[in-house]
Amino acid sequence: MKGVPWVQDVVLAMLAKEPTHGYELRSRMRDALGPLGEAMNAGQIYVTLGRLAKAGLVTSERAEGLPDRPDRRVYALTPAGQQRVGAWLTEVSWPKPDLSEFHLKLVAAAAARLADPVALVDAQRREVLRRLRDAQRAALDRSVDPVAALLLEGVVLRLRADLEWLEACERMWTECDRTGWKAGA
Amino acid sequence: MTGSTILRARGLTRRYGWDSGLVRAVDDVDLDVPAGQALAVMGPSGCGKSTLLHLLGGLQRPTGGQVWLAGHRIDTMSERALARLRRDTVGFVFQAFHLMDELTAVENVELAALLAGQSPRRARRRALHLLDRVGLADRATHLPSALSGGQRQRVAIARALSNEPLVVLADEPTGNLDSAATLDVLRLFEELRTAGQTLVMVTHDARIAAVADRVIAMRDGAFADDSQLVSATGTGHRGWR
Repeated sequence: MKGVPWVQDVVLAMLAKEPTHGYELRSRMRDALGPLGEAMNAGQIYVTLGRLAKAGLVTSERAEGLPDRPDRRVYALTPAGQQRVGAWLTEVSWPKPDLSEFHLKLVAAAAARLADPVALVDAQRREVLRRLRDAQRAALDRSVDPVAALLLEGVVLRLRADLEWLEACERMWTECDRTGWKAGA
Repeated sequence: MTGSTILRARGLTRRYGWDSGLVRAVDDVDLDVPAGQALAVMGPSGCGKSTLLHLLGGLQRPTGGQVWLAGHRIDTMSERALARLRRDTVGFVFQAFHLMDELTAVENVELAALLAGQSPRRARRRALHLLDRVGLADRATHLPSALSGGQRQRVAIARALSNEPLVVLADEPTGNLDSAATLDVLRLFEELRTAGQTLVMVTHDARIAAVADRVIAMRDGAFADDSQLVSATGTGHRGWR
């Protein structure tokens, strides 16, 4: 996950629930990602937190009676950090090379009760449907060159797969809503 | 009620069973479909979308709420008047085609016009024109059993258009079709949409939904999301070509 630009957004959103230690953040991300989270290294969280502090998006406090090391500090969002979390949650850019970002967005939104994950899925589905509609209209046009149509067919197939996954997301988060699932609980 | 609203529902409800067995197939739904709109209702099987379509088309009666078709309130209308209104204003397309096996393609298409009292000659001319429009001019005298699934559905679409309906109601129109036949049907619905035909399609197939201008997500009998699909090109819903 080295160099993944959205890690900053995910870390910020995970802090939205409450001020947290770095190691706690790391274990929450690993839990949310399952087997895909194995590759994440501990240092990366602290590098990210350091950058976020420099940018004024988080502050940290030293825990009392313990040596001052990054993993002993408790991190919290600044108002600017909170604002950035809100903007990230409502952004509907698609597709991204990695589905983990959207997945973690839903996890973070549910954990901190920042937004309804099902509503985020709805917004994403609108965006994907809009793209599918444009690609399909182009693909249905008989005057399109068959080789160019091949690319459109690929786009249509991928968007349909995305929609199927969003349906699975919707089912899961609707169910979680019903049963009161909580991140890290 | 404005003249340009083809379908309107208020508090539309359809329940089955009672007590612990009560199912709210359609649960207090409000809907307006303006003339020329292509609407898709999406949802998993069992979410109530087929029941909704049947209520809107007057094939089933609601247990609560009101529904208007072409300005006429149909939930309280007599069976006879409703049958006439349906014949004059609605074209149905079903997943299982529902063609008459004993009749040829052209006879299936002209049947509704003949029942409505049109002259046989005029009905035949229009039926042949419609079959040509769906790309089946050379299959006019074939029985449904001699046609592929995709061809049968295209005959059914031609039949749905025979009474020049104000609205075409389609229930999983691609549900029984392979992907090549699905493309033919998608192309036809796309042509209908471009021509300004009012369409209501219920489906779990995203490709059919992507033909629409507006998509409603239905869950447990209610509308969970209702969105206009504005094209990325920003040229508006008639501006693709």
